[in-house]
Formats: sequence, structure tokens, C-alpha cells
Amino acid sequence: MAAPSDFKPIIVGFLCNWCCYGGADLCGVSRFQYPPYLRVIRLMCSGRVDLEFIFRAFAKKADGVFIGGCHLGDCHYNPEGNYDALGNSFVAKRILENVGVDPDRLRLEWVSAGEGIRFAEVMNEFGAKIKNLGPLGSSEGREVADLQAGLEAATQLVPYFKLVERERFRVPKRTEEGYREFFAREDYEPLFKELVLDKLTMGRIMGALRAGEDSAGAIAQKLGVDPAEVARHLNLLSQQGMVRIDGSQVQLALAA
Amino acid sequence: MDFERLLCSTGPHEGQILRPSDKKHPHKVAWIHCVGSRQVTPGGNSYCSSVCCSYTQKQVILAKDHLPDMHAKIFHNDIRSYGKDFERFYQRAQKLPDVHFIRSYVSVGSEDPVTGDVSIRYTTPDGVVEEFFELVVLSVGLVPPKDAPRFSKVFGIELNHHGFCKVDPFNPLQTSRPGIFTSGAFQGPMDIPESVMGASGAAVQASFLLKSRRGQLSEDRVYPAEKDVSEEEPKVGVFVCRCGANIGRVVDVPGIAEYAKGLPNVVHVEESLFACATNTAKAISDTIRDKGLNRVVVAACTPRTHEPLFRDTLREAGVNQYFFDMANIREHCTWVHSKEQEAATQKAKDIVRMSVARAGKLEPLDEFSLPVDKTALVVGGGIAGMTSAHTLAEQGFETYLIEKASDLGGMASRLHYTLEGMDVQVFLKELKKKVYRHPKIHAITDAAVTGVDGYVGNFTTTVKVKNRVRTIKHGAAIIATGAVEYRPTEYLYGENDKVMTLLEMEGRLAKQEEKLLAADSVVMIQCVGCRNEDRNYCSRVCCSGAMKNALKMKSLKPEVDIYVLFRDIRTYGFREDYYREASNQNVKFIRYEPQDKPLVEAREEGGRSFIRVTAADPILGRNLELDVDAVVLAAAVIPSPGSSEMARMFKVPLGPDGFFQEAHAKLRPVDFAAEGVFLCGTAQYPKHLSETLTQAYGAAGRALTLLSRDTVVASGAVCDVSNDACISCGACVSVCTYGAISFEETPRGRKARVNAVLCKGDGLCVAKCPTAAISLSHYTDGEVFGQIDAALETV
Repeated sequence: MAAPSDFKPIIVGFLCNWCCYGGADLCGVSRFQYPPYLRVIRLMCSGRVDLEFIFRAFAKKADGVFIGGCHLGDCHYNPEGNYDALGNSFVAKRILENVGVDPDRLRLEWVSAGEGIRFAEVMNEFGAKIKNLGPLGSSEGREVADLQAGLEAATQLVPYFKLVERERFRVPKRTEEGYREFFAREDYEPLFKELVLDKLTMGRIMGALRAGEDSAGAIAQKLGVDPAEVARHLNLLSQQGMVRIDGSQVQLALAA
Repeated sequence: MDFERLLCSTGPHEGQILRPSDKKHPHKVAWIHCVGSRQVTPGGNSYCSSVCCSYTQKQVILAKDHLPDMHAKIFHNDIRSYGKDFERFYQRAQKLPDVHFIRSYVSVGSEDPVTGDVSIRYTTPDGVVEEFFELVVLSVGLVPPKDAPRFSKVFGIELNHHGFCKVDPFNPLQTSRPGIFTSGAFQGPMDIPESVMGASGAAVQASFLLKSRRGQLSEDRVYPAEKDVSEEEPKVGVFVCRCGANIGRVVDVPGIAEYAKGLPNVVHVEESLFACATNTAKAISDTIRDKGLNRVVVAACTPRTHEPLFRDTLREAGVNQYFFDMANIREHCTWVHSKEQEAATQKAKDIVRMSVARAGKLEPLDEFSLPVDKTALVVGGGIAGMTSAHTLAEQGFETYLIEKASDLGGMASRLHYTLEGMDVQVFLKELKKKVYRHPKIHAITDAAVTGVDGYVGNFTTTVKVKNRVRTIKHGAAIIATGAVEYRPTEYLYGENDKVMTLLEMEGRLAKQEEKLLAADSVVMIQCVGCRNEDRNYCSRVCCSGAMKNALKMKSLKPEVDIYVLFRDIRTYGFREDYYREASNQNVKFIRYEPQDKPLVEAREEGGRSFIRVTAADPILGRNLELDVDAVVLAAAVIPSPGSSEMARMFKVPLGPDGFFQEAHAKLRPVDFAAEGVFLCGTAQYPKHLSETLTQAYGAAGRALTLLSRDTVVASGAVCDVSNDACISCGACVSVCTYGAISFEETPRGRKARVNAVLCKGDGLCVAKCPTAAISLSHYTDGEVFGQIDAALETV
């Protein structure tokens, strides 16, 4: 749906000091113009961007989140944190999608300190994209409060995601190709679903129950999750003694 | 200059452009180039003032910003956009609406007694036109300082025939009297970057003479004792800078200041015209002390250039320098949203709010000193690298000079003489000898840099020499990897042996090659492979190169006919004299338009094989056919092939044209933003030999200021681990390739520990830690959360 023309998006930008922030500076020095949506947070490395930063920005109703780092291979730092930013962006997009936030609202770009013009191009393009999507929730057709609940559940699980990433999802090759291949691998998808997304969905179901939902159908609707999926998770949760199912009514075990 | 004052926010009308005579806003403005320069009249200034073309373009762009409906006409001769990025700057001015560049001589007619407008007559393809303008700006050239003759007498230094300081062509910073050096426009008209390079270079040469007394006059700065504010509530002071018109003209500075007053923890707000001015910074220090501020936000420009200055301001006030944050409302706001003043003001308020939120959470940090390895590494053994290396070695520093070829020399080995007639090969031979024989220079040829580790003061570089790998430890590095000549694919190059590049012509002339000297006619085509879509820059040296070789050929064979096909002749500075000389010697100059390039075909007629060059002559308005015996292409100067690899290893950027990108185009032309790495020669941008020498001295000077220190200060923004939260999972240890984190046995088990000396503060480990046990000072989760929340507070 088209956004109202007076919509002024807010995009939170995490820029690495050495490349993208320098590119943004050069863009200014060169007076290249772009729309005034970006709010910059300067970090030393794009690898410093925690998953939690991204979720927090959206939970506070950012219309977009931008991460800008050095080109791959050009990271200012020896550990090459921009590869981790790349990996994180793949993971974050999947999680955002799961909780109902359009993953296109998150953008990762490489801009060097010499690429003022490129920074303006990226900002013009991403700015137009977000403007077109409209305020958070509008293109998704979801209540912001529901998205926030999902983001809250995701935030709770960040420590877990980090452990899983370390134990199961370490990318063996530090090349862009290596990252793309890894995240496109056939066995990655089911494993990621099982280890990350299922846990997240369960967390969200528990959250919905805590908020007072009482039927599987209502939960499915609220979370924007397929009812069959909800039923499967409820079944598992009930086996673990976390919830009690009574006909169509569902209750938190602890609340009973 | 008068107009520059008008544009300035500290000028007579606070940045409003008003006509001096009647204080009206002019809407039709004309600029006239080359006033008082490039004069042919006897006694006039024959040289080109070098800076006015770009200067005018800057004024047009700024004036258009001030007066969006302004109509401007710029009457020019050649447009000399020979500096780095100047070509793009020219294009930007050209593309502005209602701005027209007109190549024409003009005569200024009369002033209309009623309107006060002035008439200008100029030529167009359709004839002479007379037009009235409300304001006329003269691009007046540069002249030697008035008291130059007195100066020359007092210091016993000679002036050249233009009245500027006479310098040694092979050391442009050296005056005619040993021990006295010069830099800047006293050498002749020059722009800011060349002046800054020269200043640094002159300083290093002076310091060589004084090396035995180095450091004797230096005093350590003493800062007042730091106040302990750990028990205090945050008391934030916000200083909003107008940066002249740069910020003040776009956003509502008083409105932002007023807004800042209402933000949490803010106890003091002030506006300033230039926050970075020495007196303002001093006043900020005083205010911090008087008002008892313990956190400071300066809303101004980018922390990448100005953070150190304001941190120092805090130290002067006895406040820990990490209690400071910069709200970048210039580069990230007013300069990029100049047309959306209201939205820009809102954004500036948001940026200030984010900074204030961050400031409230900042913590005091201590910096620590690291030793400096007093060895230098210079990459590239051309004139630039050799000069830098030799300068450093002469000052007593061990210097490694890495050259990929089997001998030193670089591009200079293909140069034989300069425009001024100096013998390059003699100079080069001398320099090589000095370098090879110097006990402190380790020249390594056939060598390639394969990896660079470490940081300012302590680099470790691996170099592959033939099949051996060497490791070199050094404190500073200079990149002097040069540039190469473009190999043309146009104008029959490589297909016909009558077609050669300028450098090839130079080689043949130096050998007095018979075949070339047999040519009765020569066409030289300028701008081959640059000033086009692929390479949107001017190669700077080729116009002068064409003069040099045309004059050389004429001296060897006076009867030869030489035609130079050019777009703009860019013989800036004193080089202009050689352009005139060539013209006097009957070298023909024919201008062509980029969309109407000359055509070159090999022909065979009446037993003579020749090349027919067809060019459109815009003055005569018809095609010229030139049947000549040789065609010389001014092939572009292009970045050296290994540049991007080198840039990656040293972690420094390349610009859009593939040349190394200095830290600041004007103010830091030999530095990189990455500390401890410096730049000189054509690796930065095409330049003449004399300019390369100046920059090489300059880079050595910058490296010297680092190497002569015993320690460098390392940032306090490093990581730390909370033992309570650490679960010893090893996530941080495994990502830190600096080896700054290791496990340590504690009474409560194995815990990660950070070695602050090795930590570089990237914070990657923090993003990996599942329990938030490790934190990066100055970029803590809490500080970032504060910024995120503040950014979105109004949503």
C-alpha cells in the first residue's frame, strides 16, 4: 500500500567510523544530497552491531535500520568484523521476517571513505524504499504492538542465538561467496528453523499466552503464524509441561 | 576576494550577497577569468595564477546556494581543473541551472547610469553579443607579495623573473641561499594542498639542519588535574556551532539551542560562530570550568576531524576527555539537506538529542602510552619513495625501501628532461646513488609487500623478496607506489608505429632517434584516456608534457610542423610561459570538443605513407585535414596496478579514480585517516616531478613527527570483561585475531581477560558475547541503547 506523502521515515544507521562514516562525511563535503531520514550512530566497526541493536531500533518503531561498513576485505580491523556484520544481517533478516517485520527494512551496505557519491546513492535508494513501505507495520499489515511483542521475544533470545551461532553456524570461509554459499546451503535452512526460528516462535506463543490469549486460533492470528505451526508448538509445549490444553482453550501451566 | 567576503557569514552583510553600490540582490552575475594573469602585454603577468578557475567555480556554486534564482555567466579561456577531483567540481558547477560557461574574451562596456548594471561584450558562434549584468566578478590573479623585493634583500634570497621566490627545480622548497627554505605561494601561485605539502616538506628540511638540537625547546603540555565527577549527576553543556554559514544558513541554530536547553541533564547551552576557533575553544574551556559542566556536546562537524581538538578543550578544563560527544550536524545534515531547511532543523535537533543522551552515559577513560618503533618503511622506489626514504635516513632513522622492480627509479627512468630544461637522468642517477649507499636505507628490490599487521608506532610488514619472505617491524609507513601511463586503445596506437605516447616521444627525442626527427609534421593529441566517462579526471602533467616535447622537437628540428589538438591547455603556474614559447615557435594549437574527437587514419598516397588526422576546428568552423608523419598521444596517468591490494593491506582507502585517498583533500594531503601511514607522489594523483618532490619531503616530515616521539597514545576505548558474567565460552577469544583476549585462571574458574595494549577497540567480541560479560568502553550497550532510544523518542 502507498504510504502517505507526508510520512517522514526515521532510519537508524550504524556506521563504522573508518569507512561508511567517512563516506557519509565525504558525501557532505561534496554536498551530495539525500533525504533527511537517517539518524547516525557511530561505531568503530560494523561487527560491533549487536542483533539486539537492530531489534531494539525496530521495537522503538524505527522505519528502517541501516548498517554501513567497509567493503569486504577492506575492514580497518584485523578480525574483519564486516564479515560478522554480513552474517548477522542474514540472521537478523530471518528473525525479523519471523516476527513479522519486513526484512527489507534492514539494509547492510559497504561504503568506503572515498565513496561519498555512493553513500548518497545508497541513502537515496534506501530512503525511497522505506518511504514507499510506509511506517513500520503498514506494509506488513500488522499492529505495531504485535511486532514489538515479537521483537521483545527475539531480544530475549539474543544470548541463545549467539550461542547457537557459535556452536552450529560458524561460517568456515571468510569470503563473500563463502557467506552466501553457507546461508544458501540445503542443510542450513532446516537446522536454522529448528534451532532458531522454532525457539523464537515458542517464545512468542508463550508471550501471547502471558498477554492473555486463550485459543490456538487467536494466537495464530495475533502472531501471524500458520495455525498448524501454532498447534505443533503448543503440542510440544504441552509435552514439556509449559502449557495446558483444554479443548480449544490454552493456558499457561504456571498460571493454572 | 571581495566576492568571497560577500559570501562569508562574517562578511559585510553576514553572508547575504548585496551589490556594493546600491545593496541590491543581484540576479545576473558574470565572472571574468584570467584578469591580471596570462597577460601578453609587456610587463604584464604572463604566468597562470593556477587557482582561479576552481576558485570561480566554488564561488558560483556557493552563490547559487545563496541566490537560487541567480543567472550566471562565466567567461573563460581554458578551464584549468587540473587538481584532484577538480574535474568533477567543474562539472558540478557546469550542471547548475542557469549557469553558463562561455569560452570568450570579453570587453567590459559601460555602466547604465539608471540601473547601475554593467555591459559586457562577448563572442558567440553567432557573433558578438552585448549583455548587461547586475554584478561582475573579476577572477583577479595572484601577484608576488608587495614586500618580496625587501624580503629578498633582507634574507639574501633571489627572486625569479616573475618576482616570486626563486627555487631549486630539484628541490622546490630550497631558496637560492642554503639554510633558507620556502613553502606556499611565495614559490608561485598554488593551491592549499600543495602549500600544506610544501610546509611540511620545508619543515623537515629545516629540521635536518637542527637535528642535533631536536626536542630541546619542546615543552610538555601540562593539563590541570582531572576532576573526579563520579559522584556528580551528569551536567551537560551543549555548544551549537554555526560554522559560519555552513550550518547557520541551513538550519535554525537558535531554535536548536533553545531545544537543547529542554533536554535531560542539559544545564548550559551556547551558540558560536566557529566553535573550533582558538578563542572559542578557550572560551568553551572556561565555560566548562565556570559552570561546573561534566559532560560536553559540541554540535558542529565530523568527529573524524575535530574530536581531538574538543577533547583537548575538555582536558584544559580539567574534565576527562571521554566525557565528550560530537553531534555531526554539518557533514551529516546541513551539507546534505541544504534544500530542506525545516526537515534539516528537525534532524539536527534529533542528532543533538542523541548526543546528549549518549553524553549522559559516558564514562571517564584513561589513555595509555605505547612505544614507537623508530624505523620507517617506504613502499615504492621512485623519485617520491627515494626522496622520502633519504630524508628520513638523513635524520637518523632506519628506513626500509621496498621496490617491486629490479632497480629503483620508477617512472622517472622514462623521463629525460623537465620543462625548465633540467636533466632528469642525471638527477635520478645521483639520487639512486645516495639511496643505495646510505647506511640507514635498506633498499629491497624485486620485493612485494604481502601483509601488514599492527598499528601506528608498531607495524609488522611481510615482504616477499624473490622466494624469500622477510618480516620488517616499523613505526611508520609511506606509500609511494606511483602511477603508470595508460596504454591507449584509440587512435591506432599499437597498430601503427607512427603513433606513440608522449613518454615514448620523450624517450625517442632524448636518443635523438632518426626516424622521429625525420618527421616533417607531428600531431599531438591531448587528453587520451582521461577526462572521459571511464576516467573522470585530468592527468595534470600532459599539457606541460606536450609543451616540453614540442619545444624539444623544435630545438632539434626547427622546421618541423607541430599541431597540438587539445581540449583545454592546462599549463598552470609558470608553465604558461612555455605554452607561449611554443606558440611563438609556431606550434599550432587546435581545440577539439570531447564529442567531436579527432579521427586518425593511416594512409598511403603517392608513395608516401602518412597519417591523416581530421579535426573539427571550432574557430574556423570546418574540418581540418592534417597529413602528418607522427602522432603523439598524451596518454592518461592511471593508478598503479597493485593499488587496491596495497590499500587493502594498509587499510587505507582509494578514491573513485583509483588513486589513494588522503585524510583531507586540503588540510591533510599526505596523511591517511589511519594513523602512521602517509602518502606521496603520483600514488595520490598525477603530478609533476617538482610537486612529487615537495610531497615526498612533506610525507617524510609527517612520518618524522611520529618517529621522533618515544611513545604514541593509545585510545582508552578498549574492552573489559566482567568476571561475574563470563561463562568462559571462548566466543570473544576466538574472534579476536589481535590476540588481545585470553583465558585466565581465577578463584572462580577460567575467565576471559583483555590485554588493553593489544585491544584495538573494534568491539566485535562484544557482539559475540552471549552474556554481555565483555564490554567496549565508549561504545557500551548502554550508550548505544541510549542513542537508539533518543533517535526514536519522537516517533
